[in-house]
Amino acid sequence: MYDLKNIYYPESPEEAVRMLEADENSVLVCGGTDVLIRIREGRLAGVSLVSLNDMRELKRMERESDGTIHIGPAVTFSALSDDPLIREYLPPLGEAAGTVGGPQIRNMGTIGGNICNGATSADTASMLKALNARLVLLGSGGEREISIHDFYTGPGRTVRRREEVLTDIRVAREDYEDMYGAYIKYGKRDAMEIATLGCAVLARTDTDKTHIRDIRIAYGVAAPTPIRCFQTEEALRGRPIDAALFARLRRDVLSEVSPRSSWRASKTFRIQLVKELGERALRQALARAGVPDILKGGGGHA
Amino acid sequence: MLKIIHMNVNGKEVELAVDIRESLADTLRDRLGLTSVKKGCGVGECGACTVLVDGTSVDSCIYLTVWAEGKRVLTVEGLRSGDGGLTPIQQAFIDEAAVQCGFCTPGLIMTAVELSGTGKTYTRDELRRLISGHLCRCTGYENILNAFEKIFGKNPKT
Repeated sequence: MYDLKNIYYPESPEEAVRMLEADENSVLVCGGTDVLIRIREGRLAGVSLVSLNDMRELKRMERESDGTIHIGPAVTFSALSDDPLIREYLPPLGEAAGTVGGPQIRNMGTIGGNICNGATSADTASMLKALNARLVLLGSGGEREISIHDFYTGPGRTVRRREEVLTDIRVAREDYEDMYGAYIKYGKRDAMEIATLGCAVLARTDTDKTHIRDIRIAYGVAAPTPIRCFQTEEALRGRPIDAALFARLRRDVLSEVSPRSSWRASKTFRIQLVKELGERALRQALARAGVPDILKGGGGHA
Repeated sequence: MLKIIHMNVNGKEVELAVDIRESLADTLRDRLGLTSVKKGCGVGECGACTVLVDGTSVDSCIYLTVWAEGKRVLTVEGLRSGDGGLTPIQQAFIDEAAVQCGFCTPGLIMTAVELSGTGKTYTRDELRRLISGHLCRCTGYENILNAFEKIFGKNPKT
Protein backbone atom coordinates (compact mmCIF):
# COMPACT_ATOMS: atom_id res chain seq x y z
CA MET A 1 0.00 0.00 0.00
CA TYR A 2 1.46 3.34 -0.99
CA ASP A 3 1.35 6.21 1.47
CA LEU A 4 -0.84 8.44 -0.69
CA LYS A 5 -3.46 10.91 0.32
CA ASN A 6 -5.42 11.09 -2.89
CA ILE A 7 -5.20 10.53 -6.63
CA TYR A 8 -6.66 12.88 -9.19
CA TYR A 9 -7.47 11.79 -12.74
CA PRO A 10 -7.29 14.77 -15.09
CA GLU A 11 -8.76 14.33 -18.56
CA SER A 12 -6.38 16.83 -20.13
CA PRO A 13 -3.10 18.63 -19.37
CA GLU A 14 -5.10 21.82 -18.67
CA GLU A 15 -7.16 20.01 -16.04
CA ALA A 16 -3.97 18.58 -14.55
CA VAL A 17 -2.62 22.12 -14.09
CA ARG A 18 -5.84 23.17 -12.32
CA MET A 19 -5.70 20.12 -10.05
CA LEU A 20 -2.05 20.75 -9.16
CA GLU A 21 -2.92 24.35 -8.30
CA ALA A 22 -5.92 23.37 -6.21
CA ASP A 23 -3.94 20.93 -4.02
CA GLU A 24 -0.61 22.22 -2.74
CA ASN A 25 0.33 18.76 -1.56
CA SER A 26 0.06 17.19 -5.01
CA VAL A 27 2.68 16.12 -7.54
CA LEU A 28 2.51 14.77 -11.06
CA VAL A 29 2.97 11.10 -11.77
CA CYS A 30 3.11 9.47 -15.18
CA GLY A 31 4.76 6.05 -15.47
CA GLY A 32 5.31 5.85 -11.73
CA THR A 33 8.71 4.16 -11.87
CA ASP A 34 10.38 7.04 -9.98
CA VAL A 35 7.56 8.75 -8.11
CA LEU A 36 6.14 5.56 -6.57
CA ILE A 37 9.61 4.50 -5.44
CA ARG A 38 10.10 7.88 -3.76
CA ILE A 39 6.77 7.44 -1.97
CA ARG A 40 7.78 3.97 -0.84
CA GLU A 41 11.09 5.33 0.48
CA GLY A 42 9.13 7.91 2.48
CA ARG A 43 10.56 10.89 0.61
CA LEU A 44 7.14 11.82 -0.78
CA ALA A 45 5.00 10.19 1.90
CA GLY A 46 1.45 11.45 2.29
CA VAL A 47 1.48 13.19 -1.08
CA SER A 48 -1.45 13.38 -3.49
CA LEU A 49 -0.91 12.37 -7.09
CA VAL A 50 -2.17 13.97 -10.27
CA SER A 51 -1.98 11.06 -12.67
CA LEU A 52 -1.03 11.55 -16.31
CA ASN A 53 -0.66 7.79 -16.72
CA ASP A 54 -1.63 6.74 -20.23
CA MET A 55 -2.99 10.21 -21.13
CA ARG A 56 -3.53 10.02 -24.87
CA GLU A 57 -3.03 13.73 -25.45
CA LEU A 58 0.53 13.47 -24.11
CA LYS A 59 1.47 10.46 -26.24
CA ARG A 60 1.30 12.08 -29.66
CA MET A 61 4.23 11.54 -32.00
CA GLU A 62 4.29 13.81 -35.01
CA ARG A 63 6.55 15.24 -37.70
CA GLU A 64 5.62 18.65 -39.03
CA SER A 65 6.08 19.72 -42.64
CA ASP A 66 9.11 21.85 -41.61
CA GLY A 67 10.69 18.68 -40.20
CA THR A 68 10.14 19.47 -36.51
CA ILE A 69 9.52 16.28 -34.56
CA HIS A 70 7.12 16.36 -31.63
CA ILE A 71 7.58 13.74 -28.93
CA GLY A 72 4.76 13.15 -26.47
CA PRO A 73 6.19 13.27 -22.93
CA ALA A 74 3.98 10.37 -21.77
CA VAL A 75 5.42 8.03 -24.41
CA THR A 76 7.11 5.09 -22.70
CA PHE A 77 10.74 4.22 -23.39
CA SER A 78 9.76 1.06 -25.28
CA ALA A 79 7.13 2.86 -27.35
CA LEU A 80 9.75 5.50 -28.15
CA SER A 81 12.36 2.95 -29.28
CA ASP A 82 9.74 1.22 -31.46
CA ASP A 83 8.19 4.37 -32.89
CA PRO A 84 8.53 4.62 -36.70
CA LEU A 85 9.38 8.36 -36.57
CA ILE A 86 12.12 7.78 -34.01
CA ARG A 87 13.49 4.85 -35.97
CA GLU A 88 13.65 6.89 -39.14
CA TYR A 89 14.78 10.30 -37.86
CA LEU A 90 16.10 9.98 -34.30
CA PRO A 91 17.57 6.49 -33.88
CA PRO A 92 20.14 7.66 -31.28
CA LEU A 93 17.29 8.76 -29.01
CA GLY A 94 15.65 5.36 -29.37
CA GLU A 95 19.01 3.80 -28.55
CA ALA A 96 19.32 5.88 -25.37
CA ALA A 97 15.75 4.99 -24.33
CA GLY A 98 16.62 1.32 -24.86
CA THR A 99 19.28 1.46 -22.13
CA VAL A 100 16.90 2.49 -19.33
CA GLY A 101 16.26 -0.10 -16.59
CA GLY A 102 14.91 -3.35 -17.99
CA PRO A 103 12.07 -4.29 -20.33
CA GLN A 104 9.25 -3.88 -17.80
CA ILE A 105 10.57 -0.51 -16.61
CA ARG A 106 10.83 0.62 -20.24
CA ASN A 107 7.18 -0.40 -20.71
CA MET A 108 6.16 1.85 -17.81
CA GLY A 109 8.57 4.79 -17.53
CA THR A 110 8.24 7.77 -19.86
CA ILE A 111 10.61 10.19 -21.56
CA GLY A 112 8.86 13.17 -19.96
CA GLY A 113 9.31 11.71 -16.49
CA ASN A 114 12.92 10.93 -17.27
CA ILE A 115 13.75 14.60 -17.75
CA CYS A 116 11.25 16.13 -15.30
CA ASN A 117 12.68 14.27 -12.32
CA GLY A 118 15.87 16.26 -12.92
CA ALA A 119 18.33 13.38 -12.56
CA THR A 120 21.73 13.84 -14.18
CA SER A 121 21.74 10.09 -14.87
CA ALA A 122 18.59 10.17 -17.05
CA ASP A 123 19.55 8.23 -20.17
CA THR A 124 17.40 10.22 -22.59
CA ALA A 125 18.39 13.59 -21.11
CA SER A 126 21.93 13.77 -22.45
CA MET A 127 20.71 12.75 -25.91
CA LEU A 128 17.95 15.37 -25.79
CA LYS A 129 20.66 17.89 -24.87
CA ALA A 130 22.71 16.81 -27.87
CA LEU A 131 19.57 17.25 -30.00
CA ASN A 132 18.96 20.80 -28.67
CA ALA A 133 15.45 19.71 -27.68
CA ARG A 134 12.88 22.34 -26.80
CA LEU A 135 10.36 21.73 -24.05
CA VAL A 136 6.85 23.08 -23.80
CA LEU A 137 5.58 23.64 -20.27
CA LEU A 138 1.92 24.33 -19.65
CA GLY A 139 1.01 26.38 -16.56
CA SER A 140 -1.92 28.43 -15.41
CA GLY A 141 -0.66 31.40 -17.41
CA GLY A 142 -0.46 29.35 -20.60
CA GLU A 143 2.40 27.68 -22.41
CA ARG A 144 6.09 28.55 -22.39
CA GLU A 145 8.69 26.97 -24.64
CA ILE A 146 12.22 26.68 -23.31
CA SER A 147 15.44 25.09 -24.46
CA ILE A 148 16.55 21.97 -22.61
CA HIS A 149 19.79 23.88 -21.98
CA ASP A 150 17.81 26.20 -19.67
CA PHE A 151 15.80 23.40 -18.04
CA TYR A 152 18.11 21.96 -15.41
CA THR A 153 19.04 24.05 -12.38
CA GLY A 154 20.73 21.49 -10.13
CA PRO A 155 20.62 17.87 -9.01
CA GLY A 156 16.97 16.82 -9.10
CA ARG A 157 15.94 20.40 -9.84
CA THR A 158 14.51 21.97 -12.98
CA VAL A 159 12.78 25.20 -13.88
CA ARG A 160 9.47 23.33 -14.11
CA ARG A 161 7.16 24.61 -11.41
CA ARG A 162 5.18 22.03 -9.43
CA GLU A 163 1.96 23.00 -11.17
CA GLU A 164 3.40 22.93 -14.69
CA VAL A 165 2.94 20.03 -17.09
CA LEU A 166 5.47 19.15 -19.79
CA THR A 167 3.27 18.84 -22.87
CA ASP A 168 5.69 18.54 -25.79
CA ILE A 169 9.32 17.78 -26.60
CA ARG A 170 10.45 19.28 -29.90
CA VAL A 171 13.46 18.54 -32.05
CA ALA A 172 14.12 20.75 -35.06
CA ARG A 173 15.17 19.40 -38.45
CA GLU A 174 18.64 21.02 -38.39
CA ASP A 175 19.36 19.18 -35.16
CA TYR A 176 18.93 15.70 -36.62
CA GLU A 177 19.19 15.86 -40.41
CA ASP A 178 22.40 14.19 -41.66
CA MET A 179 23.38 13.71 -38.01
CA TYR A 180 24.52 10.33 -36.81
CA GLY A 181 24.85 9.51 -33.19
CA ALA A 182 25.50 7.06 -30.43
CA TYR A 183 24.68 6.78 -26.75
CA ILE A 184 26.94 4.77 -24.48
CA LYS A 185 25.89 4.00 -20.95
CA TYR A 186 28.42 2.67 -18.49
CA GLY A 187 27.13 0.72 -15.53
CA LYS A 188 28.32 -2.21 -13.47
CA ARG A 189 25.57 -4.31 -15.03
CA ASP A 190 24.10 -4.19 -18.52
CA ALA A 191 20.51 -3.93 -17.24
CA MET A 192 18.54 -2.61 -14.28
CA GLU A 193 21.27 -0.08 -13.68
CA ILE A 194 21.55 3.63 -13.19
CA ALA A 195 24.30 5.07 -15.35
CA THR A 196 27.69 5.51 -13.70
CA LEU A 197 28.28 7.72 -16.71
CA GLY A 198 26.36 8.28 -19.92
CA CYS A 199 27.67 9.84 -23.13
CA ALA A 200 25.65 11.04 -26.10
CA VAL A 201 27.43 12.13 -29.28
CA LEU A 202 25.99 13.38 -32.57
CA ALA A 203 28.14 14.11 -35.58
CA ARG A 204 27.74 15.36 -39.11
CA THR A 205 30.57 14.93 -41.60
CA ASP A 206 31.35 16.60 -44.89
CA THR A 207 30.34 14.74 -48.04
CA ASP A 208 33.64 12.92 -48.53
CA LYS A 209 33.53 11.86 -44.86
CA THR A 210 36.97 13.16 -43.98
CA HIS A 211 36.07 16.18 -41.82
CA ILE A 212 33.74 16.93 -38.91
CA ARG A 213 31.13 19.43 -40.01
CA ASP A 214 29.16 19.51 -36.77
CA ILE A 215 29.46 17.71 -33.48
CA ARG A 216 27.51 17.55 -30.23
CA ILE A 217 28.89 15.98 -27.06
CA ALA A 218 26.70 15.55 -23.99
CA TYR A 219 27.18 13.68 -20.73
CA GLY A 220 25.07 12.40 -17.89
CA VAL A 221 26.54 12.02 -14.36
CA ALA A 222 29.61 14.04 -15.39
CA ALA A 223 28.17 17.03 -13.50
CA PRO A 224 25.21 17.75 -11.19
CA THR A 225 22.97 17.97 -14.27
CA PRO A 226 23.23 16.59 -17.79
CA ILE A 227 25.71 18.79 -19.66
CA ARG A 228 26.91 19.71 -23.13
CA CYS A 229 30.57 20.33 -23.94
CA PHE A 230 30.10 23.37 -26.17
CA GLN A 231 33.74 24.51 -26.10
CA THR A 232 35.07 21.13 -27.11
CA GLU A 233 32.50 20.96 -29.89
CA GLU A 234 33.65 24.37 -31.15
CA ALA A 235 37.29 23.22 -31.11
CA LEU A 236 36.51 20.02 -33.02
CA ARG A 237 34.25 21.50 -35.70
CA GLY A 238 35.88 21.49 -39.12
CA ARG A 239 38.74 19.21 -38.05
CA PRO A 240 39.89 16.25 -40.10
CA ILE A 241 38.85 12.84 -38.84
CA ASP A 242 42.16 11.48 -37.59
CA ALA A 243 43.89 10.40 -34.39
CA ALA A 244 44.43 14.02 -33.36
CA LEU A 245 40.67 14.56 -33.35
CA PHE A 246 40.11 11.94 -30.70
CA ALA A 247 43.13 13.07 -28.66
CA ARG A 248 41.75 16.60 -28.68
CA LEU A 249 38.31 15.40 -27.60
CA ARG A 250 39.77 13.40 -24.71
CA ARG A 251 41.76 16.40 -23.54
CA ASP A 252 39.22 19.18 -24.03
CA VAL A 253 36.13 17.59 -22.51
CA LEU A 254 37.91 17.39 -19.16
CA SER A 255 37.76 21.15 -18.74
CA GLU A 256 33.97 21.10 -19.12
CA VAL A 257 32.96 18.26 -16.83
CA SER A 258 32.86 18.19 -13.04
CA PRO A 259 32.21 14.61 -11.96
CA ARG A 260 32.22 13.67 -8.30
CA SER A 261 32.84 10.57 -6.28
CA SER A 262 29.77 8.65 -5.20
CA TRP A 263 29.19 5.13 -3.94
CA ARG A 264 28.81 4.06 -7.57
CA ALA A 265 32.22 5.24 -8.72
CA SER A 266 35.10 7.53 -7.83
CA LYS A 267 35.73 10.86 -9.50
CA THR A 268 38.96 9.46 -10.97
CA PHE A 269 37.10 6.59 -12.60
CA ARG A 270 34.39 8.92 -13.94
CA ILE A 271 37.06 11.13 -15.51
CA GLN A 272 38.48 8.05 -17.23
CA LEU A 273 34.97 7.20 -18.45
CA VAL A 274 34.40 10.74 -19.72
CA LYS A 275 37.44 10.44 -21.99
CA GLU A 276 36.86 6.88 -23.04
CA LEU A 277 33.11 7.00 -23.68
CA GLY A 278 33.49 10.31 -25.50
CA GLU A 279 35.95 8.78 -27.95
CA ARG A 280 34.01 5.54 -28.34
CA ALA A 281 30.69 7.30 -28.87
CA LEU A 282 32.23 9.60 -31.49
CA ARG A 283 33.78 6.60 -33.27
CA GLN A 284 30.42 4.82 -33.29
CA ALA A 285 28.65 7.95 -34.53
CA LEU A 286 31.20 8.36 -37.34
CA ALA A 287 30.94 4.69 -38.27
CA ARG A 288 27.19 5.15 -38.62
CA ALA A 289 27.85 8.25 -40.74
CA GLY A 290 29.73 5.99 -43.14
CA VAL A 291 33.34 6.79 -42.17
CA PRO A 292 35.28 3.60 -42.95
CA ASP A 293 37.51 1.74 -40.45
CA ILE A 294 36.78 4.15 -37.64
CA LEU A 295 35.72 1.78 -34.88
CA LYS A 296 39.24 0.45 -34.52
CA GLY A 297 41.85 2.44 -32.69
CA GLY A 298 41.34 4.04 -29.31
CA GLY A 299 38.81 2.17 -27.30
CA GLY A 300 41.06 -0.78 -26.68
CA HIS A 301 43.64 1.08 -24.64
CA ALA A 302 41.29 2.29 -21.92
CA MET B 1 -10.30 5.72 -0.02
CA LEU B 2 -12.07 3.05 -2.05
CA LYS B 3 -12.71 3.24 -5.75
CA ILE B 4 -14.70 0.84 -7.92
CA ILE B 5 -12.67 -0.36 -10.86
CA HIS B 6 -13.34 -2.64 -13.80
CA MET B 7 -10.78 -4.81 -15.47
CA ASN B 8 -10.57 -8.05 -17.34
CA VAL B 9 -8.42 -10.43 -15.32
CA ASN B 10 -7.41 -13.67 -16.98
CA GLY B 11 -10.34 -13.43 -19.38
CA LYS B 12 -12.96 -12.64 -16.75
CA GLU B 13 -14.56 -9.24 -16.29
CA VAL B 14 -14.18 -8.17 -12.70
CA GLU B 15 -15.64 -5.22 -10.86
CA LEU B 16 -14.19 -4.58 -7.45
CA ALA B 17 -13.64 -1.91 -4.87
CA VAL B 18 -9.95 -1.23 -4.31
CA ASP B 19 -8.06 1.15 -2.10
CA ILE B 20 -6.59 3.85 -4.34
CA ARG B 21 -3.22 3.26 -2.63
CA GLU B 22 -3.01 -0.36 -3.75
CA SER B 23 -0.51 -1.69 -6.22
CA LEU B 24 -1.79 -4.08 -8.83
CA ALA B 25 0.34 -6.79 -7.21
CA ASP B 26 -1.53 -6.30 -3.92
CA THR B 27 -4.94 -6.35 -5.60
CA LEU B 28 -4.20 -9.47 -7.63
CA ARG B 29 -2.80 -11.35 -4.63
CA ASP B 30 -4.99 -10.17 -1.78
CA ARG B 31 -8.34 -9.49 -3.40
CA LEU B 32 -8.31 -11.99 -6.26
CA GLY B 33 -6.12 -14.72 -4.76
CA LEU B 34 -3.76 -14.78 -7.74
CA THR B 35 -0.65 -15.70 -5.77
CA SER B 36 1.49 -16.52 -8.82
CA VAL B 37 2.19 -12.78 -8.70
CA LYS B 38 5.20 -12.71 -6.37
CA LYS B 39 6.25 -9.69 -4.37
CA GLY B 40 10.03 -9.55 -4.31
CA CYS B 41 11.73 -6.16 -4.15
CA GLY B 42 8.65 -3.93 -4.23
CA VAL B 43 10.50 -1.29 -6.25
CA GLY B 44 10.43 -2.63 -9.80
CA GLU B 45 13.87 -4.20 -9.90
CA CYS B 46 13.39 -7.96 -9.57
CA GLY B 47 10.53 -8.68 -11.98
CA ALA B 48 8.91 -11.35 -9.79
CA CYS B 49 5.57 -9.49 -9.91
CA THR B 50 5.53 -9.19 -13.72
CA VAL B 51 2.06 -9.41 -15.26
CA LEU B 52 0.76 -8.37 -18.66
CA VAL B 53 -1.45 -5.28 -18.90
CA ASP B 54 -3.04 -5.09 -22.34
CA GLY B 55 -0.39 -7.54 -23.51
CA THR B 56 2.58 -5.53 -22.20
CA SER B 57 4.75 -6.68 -19.30
CA VAL B 58 4.82 -4.42 -16.27
CA ASP B 59 6.13 -4.71 -12.72
CA SER B 60 2.78 -4.87 -10.92
CA CYS B 61 4.33 -3.79 -7.59
CA ILE B 62 4.89 -0.27 -8.96
CA TYR B 63 1.70 -0.11 -11.01
CA LEU B 64 -1.28 1.43 -9.25
CA THR B 65 -4.39 -0.73 -9.54
CA VAL B 66 -6.47 2.30 -10.47
CA TRP B 67 -4.39 2.59 -13.66
CA ALA B 68 -5.73 -0.79 -14.80
CA GLU B 69 -9.28 0.54 -15.18
CA GLY B 70 -10.71 -0.88 -18.42
CA LYS B 71 -7.58 -2.91 -19.16
CA ARG B 72 -6.84 -6.62 -19.67
CA VAL B 73 -4.61 -8.17 -17.01
CA LEU B 74 -3.01 -11.57 -17.48
CA THR B 75 -1.23 -13.67 -14.84
CA VAL B 76 0.08 -17.24 -14.90
CA GLU B 77 -3.30 -18.43 -13.57
CA GLY B 78 -4.82 -17.31 -16.88
CA LEU B 79 -2.54 -19.44 -19.04
CA ARG B 80 -3.64 -22.65 -20.68
CA SER B 81 -3.00 -24.27 -24.00
CA GLY B 82 -5.75 -25.29 -26.41
CA ASP B 83 -6.32 -28.62 -24.69
CA GLY B 84 -6.35 -27.08 -21.22
CA GLY B 85 -2.80 -28.21 -20.39
CA LEU B 86 0.42 -26.32 -19.97
CA THR B 87 1.52 -23.77 -22.53
CA PRO B 88 4.66 -24.61 -24.52
CA ILE B 89 6.82 -22.22 -22.51
CA GLN B 90 5.65 -23.73 -19.20
CA GLN B 91 6.46 -27.20 -20.53
CA ALA B 92 9.86 -25.95 -21.73
CA PHE B 93 10.65 -24.67 -18.20
CA ILE B 94 9.92 -28.19 -16.88
CA ASP B 95 11.85 -29.96 -19.63
CA GLU B 96 14.91 -27.76 -19.20
CA ALA B 97 14.77 -27.80 -15.37
CA ALA B 98 14.61 -24.01 -15.49
CA VAL B 99 13.05 -23.83 -12.04
CA GLN B 100 14.76 -24.08 -8.70
CA CYS B 101 13.05 -22.17 -5.85
CA GLY B 102 10.41 -20.97 -8.30
CA PHE B 103 10.01 -17.44 -7.01
CA CYS B 104 11.07 -15.74 -10.26
CA THR B 105 9.35 -18.29 -12.49
CA PRO B 106 5.85 -16.78 -12.86
CA GLY B 107 7.32 -13.42 -13.85
CA LEU B 108 9.64 -15.00 -16.39
CA ILE B 109 6.76 -17.02 -17.81
CA MET B 110 4.75 -13.84 -18.32
CA THR B 111 7.67 -12.23 -20.19
CA ALA B 112 7.73 -15.35 -22.36
CA VAL B 113 3.99 -15.01 -23.01
CA GLU B 114 4.56 -11.38 -24.02
CA LEU B 115 7.26 -12.50 -26.48
CA SER B 116 5.08 -15.26 -27.91
CA GLY B 117 2.64 -12.53 -28.95
CA THR B 118 5.26 -11.08 -31.31
CA GLY B 119 5.76 -14.32 -33.27
CA LYS B 120 9.47 -13.51 -33.62
CA THR B 121 12.54 -15.61 -32.93
CA TYR B 122 15.58 -14.37 -31.05
CA THR B 123 19.26 -15.11 -30.58
CA ARG B 124 20.49 -16.11 -27.14
CA ASP B 125 21.98 -12.65 -26.65
CA GLU B 126 18.69 -11.02 -27.56
CA LEU B 127 16.92 -13.32 -25.11
CA ARG B 128 19.39 -12.32 -22.37
CA ARG B 129 18.43 -8.71 -22.91
CA LEU B 130 14.72 -9.55 -23.03
CA ILE B 131 14.79 -11.31 -19.66
CA SER B 132 17.07 -8.71 -18.08
CA GLY B 133 14.17 -7.31 -16.03
CA HIS B 134 14.07 -10.51 -13.96
CA LEU B 135 16.36 -11.53 -11.16
CA CYS B 136 16.91 -15.22 -10.47
CA ARG B 137 19.14 -16.00 -7.48
CA CYS B 138 19.21 -19.80 -7.97
CA THR B 139 19.76 -20.94 -11.52
CA GLY B 140 22.41 -18.69 -13.00
CA TYR B 141 19.90 -18.22 -15.85
CA GLU B 142 21.39 -20.90 -18.10
CA ASN B 143 18.44 -23.30 -17.94
CA ILE B 144 15.99 -20.41 -18.13
CA LEU B 145 17.68 -19.30 -21.35
CA ASN B 146 17.62 -22.89 -22.59
CA ALA B 147 13.85 -22.96 -22.04
CA PHE B 148 13.39 -19.61 -23.78
CA GLU B 149 15.63 -20.72 -26.62
CA LYS B 150 13.61 -23.88 -27.07
CA ILE B 151 10.51 -21.80 -27.80
CA PHE B 152 11.87 -18.56 -29.27
CA GLY B 153 15.40 -19.46 -30.34
CA LYS B 154 16.68 -18.68 -33.82
CA ASN B 155 17.94 -22.26 -33.99
CA PRO B 156 15.67 -24.09 -31.56
CA LYS B 157 17.07 -27.31 -30.17
CA THR B 158 14.97 -30.28 -31.14
